[in-house]
Amino acid sequence: MTEFGIRVSELGDSATAADEPADASPASPAFLEVRDLRVHFPTDDGLVKSVDGLSFELERGRTLGIVGESGSGKSVTSLGIMGLHTAGQYGRRKARISGEIRLDGIDLLSADPDHVRRLRGREMAMIFQDPLSALHPYYTIGQQIVEAYRIHHDVDKKAARRRAVEMLDRVGIPQPDKRMDNYPHEFSGGMRQRAMIAMSLVNNPELLIADEPTTALDVTVQAQILDLIRDLQREFGSAVIVITHDLGVVAELADDILVMYGGRCVERGPAEQVFHQPRHPYTWGLLGSMPRLDREQQDRLVPVEGSPPSLINLPSGCAFNPRCPYADVPKDDVTRTIRPEPTEVGDGHWAACHLTREQRERIWTEEIAPRL
Amino acid sequence: MTTQRASARRKQALAAAAVVAGLLTTAACGGGSDSTSEAGYDAANNKVVNAAATKGGTLKFAGAQDGDSWDTTRSYYGFAWNFMRYYSRQLVTYKTEPGRAGAGLQPDLATDLGKVTDGGRTYTFTLRAGSTWEDGRPITAKDVKYGIERQWAQDVLSGGPVYLKDILDPDGAYPGPYQDESADKLGLKAIETPDDTTIVFRLPQPNSDFPQMLAMPSASPVRQDKDTKSKYGLHPFSSGPYKFESYEPGKSLELVRNTQWKEASDPVRKAYPDTVAVTFFSNANDLDQRLIAGDYDLDLSQTGLSPQGRQTALKQHKGNLDNPVSGYVRYAAFPQNVKPFDNEHCRKAVIHGADHVSLQTARGGPVAGGDIGTNMLPGSIPGNEGQKYDPYAIAGADKSGNIAKAKEELAACGKPNGFDTTIAVRNNKPVEVATAQSLQASLKKIGINAQIDQYDGAQTSGIVGSPANVEKKGYGIVIDGWAADFPSVQGFGRPLWDGKYVLESANNNYALIKDPAIDELFDAYAKELDEGTKARMATQINHKVMEGGYYLPFTYEKYLNWRSGRLTNVYMTDAYNGYDFVNLGLKPSK
Amino acid sequence: MITGRREAPAPVIRGRPKAVLAYLIRRLFAAAVMLVVIIMVVFGIFYLVPKWAGVDIAASFVGKQADPAAVEAVREKLGLSDPVHLQAWGFFKGIFTGRTYATGGDVVHCSAPCFGYSFKSEQAVWPVLTDRFPVTLGLALGAAVLWLVFGVAAGVLSALKRGSLWDRSAMVVALAGVSLPIYFTGMLSLATFAFGLKWFDAQYVPFGRSPGGWFGGMILPWITLAFLYAAMYARITRATMMEVLGEDYIRTARAKGLREQTVIGKHAMRSTMTPILTMLGMDLGALIGGAILTESTFNLPGLGQAVLNAIRNQDLPIILGVVLITSLSVLLANLAVDVLYAVIDPRVRLT
Repeated sequence: MTEFGIRVSELGDSATAADEPADASPASPAFLEVRDLRVHFPTDDGLVKSVDGLSFELERGRTLGIVGESGSGKSVTSLGIMGLHTAGQYGRRKARISGEIRLDGIDLLSADPDHVRRLRGREMAMIFQDPLSALHPYYTIGQQIVEAYRIHHDVDKKAARRRAVEMLDRVGIPQPDKRMDNYPHEFSGGMRQRAMIAMSLVNNPELLIADEPTTALDVTVQAQILDLIRDLQREFGSAVIVITHDLGVVAELADDILVMYGGRCVERGPAEQVFHQPRHPYTWGLLGSMPRLDREQQDRLVPVEGSPPSLINLPSGCAFNPRCPYADVPKDDVTRTIRPEPTEVGDGHWAACHLTREQRERIWTEEIAPRL
Repeated sequence: MTTQRASARRKQALAAAAVVAGLLTTAACGGGSDSTSEAGYDAANNKVVNAAATKGGTLKFAGAQDGDSWDTTRSYYGFAWNFMRYYSRQLVTYKTEPGRAGAGLQPDLATDLGKVTDGGRTYTFTLRAGSTWEDGRPITAKDVKYGIERQWAQDVLSGGPVYLKDILDPDGAYPGPYQDESADKLGLKAIETPDDTTIVFRLPQPNSDFPQMLAMPSASPVRQDKDTKSKYGLHPFSSGPYKFESYEPGKSLELVRNTQWKEASDPVRKAYPDTVAVTFFSNANDLDQRLIAGDYDLDLSQTGLSPQGRQTALKQHKGNLDNPVSGYVRYAAFPQNVKPFDNEHCRKAVIHGADHVSLQTARGGPVAGGDIGTNMLPGSIPGNEGQKYDPYAIAGADKSGNIAKAKEELAACGKPNGFDTTIAVRNNKPVEVATAQSLQASLKKIGINAQIDQYDGAQTSGIVGSPANVEKKGYGIVIDGWAADFPSVQGFGRPLWDGKYVLESANNNYALIKDPAIDELFDAYAKELDEGTKARMATQINHKVMEGGYYLPFTYEKYLNWRSGRLTNVYMTDAYNGYDFVNLGLKPSK
Repeated sequence: MITGRREAPAPVIRGRPKAVLAYLIRRLFAAAVMLVVIIMVVFGIFYLVPKWAGVDIAASFVGKQADPAAVEAVREKLGLSDPVHLQAWGFFKGIFTGRTYATGGDVVHCSAPCFGYSFKSEQAVWPVLTDRFPVTLGLALGAAVLWLVFGVAAGVLSALKRGSLWDRSAMVVALAGVSLPIYFTGMLSLATFAFGLKWFDAQYVPFGRSPGGWFGGMILPWITLAFLYAAMYARITRATMMEVLGEDYIRTARAKGLREQTVIGKHAMRSTMTPILTMLGMDLGALIGGAILTESTFNLPGLGQAVLNAIRNQDLPIILGVVLITSLSVLLANLAVDVLYAVIDPRVRLT
């Protein structure tokens, strides 16, 4: 199982954690280990459980795709790893974070915040969804990259500038020496995201988190950016987490896939398997909504009907049951009363669903796959 | 001396400031200890406080407004006339004595009060030897004549009184010195200067108040080669004991000793301080606090403390206060061109119906407002009888109004059930508006429904000063106040009561009194040289005015004035209805 | 999968200084035109409205015994009997060539730039303005420094500690500051610090005579005026800072590993200061035209006091002059703000 480099487990409150084989190998801790991560936000309406018991691991050189609808907890997870839920939350009610996030063996949640700050940008970096709003409008691209470099490297401005030019060149920005002095609004969307990537990678981070890196871009540019991220990952050997609502994006990039729903993992496994033998009705829905160039327009989409669940009052039983077309297939209303635990459905491939293995295989081969 | 004199300080009655008043009262506790006076409350009213002859020091005035002009020809502000004695001399001037005596005349540049001949048509004065200008040259009769001639140049030197011009040249034949064809610019026929020390005035008609007019600063000598015309007020050339050192309009004024002035040549001025300094303030409350704190010695405008300052001063420093009359009578006039005020019974109905105590309260009460006015002649005018003459029992039995009598008068007027009318009041005088409201309330009781119309107080002359406009707007009751330009019934009452003084605009005879008996008395008064007879005539005129029921007097205005404990020779004079500035001195500094 | 060509680079924007200069010239020209319009409007208001309202300006110059001939002579001297366009032309011309007023044998020269002549105080308007301008400028600038420092600091602290006791009390004080009139706070500070505690003398001393005295005299006016504005600035700063802190680029700054003080002090402040500087420009422009209430409360001989005295004395030329100075400073402040805006925010193009 370990050859996938990723083991994902949905722990919840159950004892299944003990069944996780990966947990039993402390001698070789993964580069990034997330254990039973919970991120809860107190609000006037109640406790919003954005992430509620998430665990996974990630090795250097591997790419994990976290997939889910908005509100499934994927972005909260990434910000949690970066420690950005606790930094600068002025006057707001503090997020409650528990569990463990171990980066190279150090638990980021219990570590000194200033130590975590120094890891940010150097050990772990992030690419945001909308580079126009994520870049400061009043500083030039060059100034922002130079700043990112000089926080972690004691070099003079000239050296930092050389480094910035080198990075811009590396991400494919023509005339980088000139474009350095342009402001973000003077760049096109794709160029801005390239610059953003250059800024993230300027310190050679070992972990790169890309949060919806292509969502704000047009389709042609999306592909270029994905190529770039893949190339860079190969070159730098970093661990990469790609967060997206679009399975198409992870199809290009990810070695492993983690599907989130309602703050939890519903299916995870090697990309190959999740794509070709998905074993959770929600994943089927996601695959159905993925645009394919080889399909006719009209029957290309099988959207997931209904809206994402409330994170304050998750539906009892399986959180997906209100939207699941197969919720009534298992007997005794079990989908509405008992929360399904992840079970291994393939080699390193886990899914949390009450449907039996046979039912799932039958539905996939007979009903879903032919329509995709 | 005119309605213009009423200072703008009172306009600044701001609600916010009133809230602060309480705080100021406590905050000022520590202040002013060295300026506290032992002399006591109202001590300088009618007598001299701290008589002394100590020289030296800087006398510090604080002013809430600058003079209208420091050119002797161009000013109409009472405080400016008072102040001008520092740097200007006249043939005759007011006595430097407290109270009523201060309104009498004494020789100044002249050796005596003048020889009157030709039935009051000729006045001859001889100039005192040794009087000099600030450059040491003697003051001549020609300088006096030239100074007076400047009144004729109204196109250049507007703003001041023109009594001498009206009396000496009623037809306006003389074009004024700036358009004078004669070489010496002394072409005015009515004044002769046979030699440097003799000056002869020839009046086409006698006027017994002529010497009063010569006592005004507008009769001061001006030297032709120093006459900067319209700019003269920025730096007048001194004939008195002080001269202009610096003047920044609206900011400050400083006088220093005129070293060429010789005390022996001047029977009036003592010139005690070395320097006379004026600082102008835009915040009247701040000014009062600084007076109380001892930063300044007295108020230049002599219009009394603001309500806040009054409160503090009465509590903490009552001994520094005087409570003199301002010279103003506050009243309502009844224009006869507005029906039914053409009928004297309707006028008298208002007089009887008014609650005089409540009007006095609206004016500010006995201390800050003044005594109830019972007739129209104020206390500083010879011939006045004060509250003893009270034909409508205003301060007596009927001081809260007599409804029965008012109804009788209404019946006699043919309006037994009352009538509707309008009270005109200046919008920039909160106290007058309050008075109008008080009057409105008492008139309601006798069936007179009065509306109050607040008009732009800066435009008095075109609004209530225009009888046609008054008629059009139906202003049956006009609220106003008046003080004398010089202490005589003529200086006070002629513009108000003489039928010849009814004007189409800038009229002051609001009631449109055209009583031949009154006009004749004024004419006879002008010819009468005997002071006793003049006073009796003044009494008669006043009685005629009151009997006609043209006016409802409210108060003989009083105010509370601050006098620093540093001051010597402090007294109130009826001539200026304030402290006599010219001989104030300072105690030696410790 | 599409692996297309690289995008063509966006056109590089160059030559900013040149653009700024052209823009400045254009705007200055517009400002000059605007000023001419303002002069005409103000002129119209001051010289026509009294005519329509039946108010006689000339009569206010003559004493109690308003002799019609004297009124007429004054009217002549003031040029009030000329047709309005001639009066306006005379005024314009005077600005460049100076004017000479001659009547009744008196000749008054008002040298260029002649912004009119006050026949009430017998002074040319321009020297009055230049004499009083530094006082007002000193007041406005001194107060601006105070309110910027304290207002912005209080606003930032409030934003960072929103909902705290500090935040609530600061905002209550700010509300008080915005709603209390200068007259009240001014009198209160005078009563407390000048007359009560006697910390400051609070009397104006020209800078040239004694810099220390000037400073001492200006402290209370500065504080009082700054209190009003600091309150406004604190509220705006707080709101803007809170908005900015929610921006994505602030998260980016943190994700880079920047210290929080750098995130706030550099990245967030840079954005927060933009609306603040806009306000500052406008407020300074308006204040330089005369802080009437502050100047009259503290007896500061500035433009505001001059205009107050002038209103009291119906001294129209001075009022006209101060209104023009005010208009001019507001126009220039507007221009300065626009240019400054372009300097601060690179997204703003000067067109």
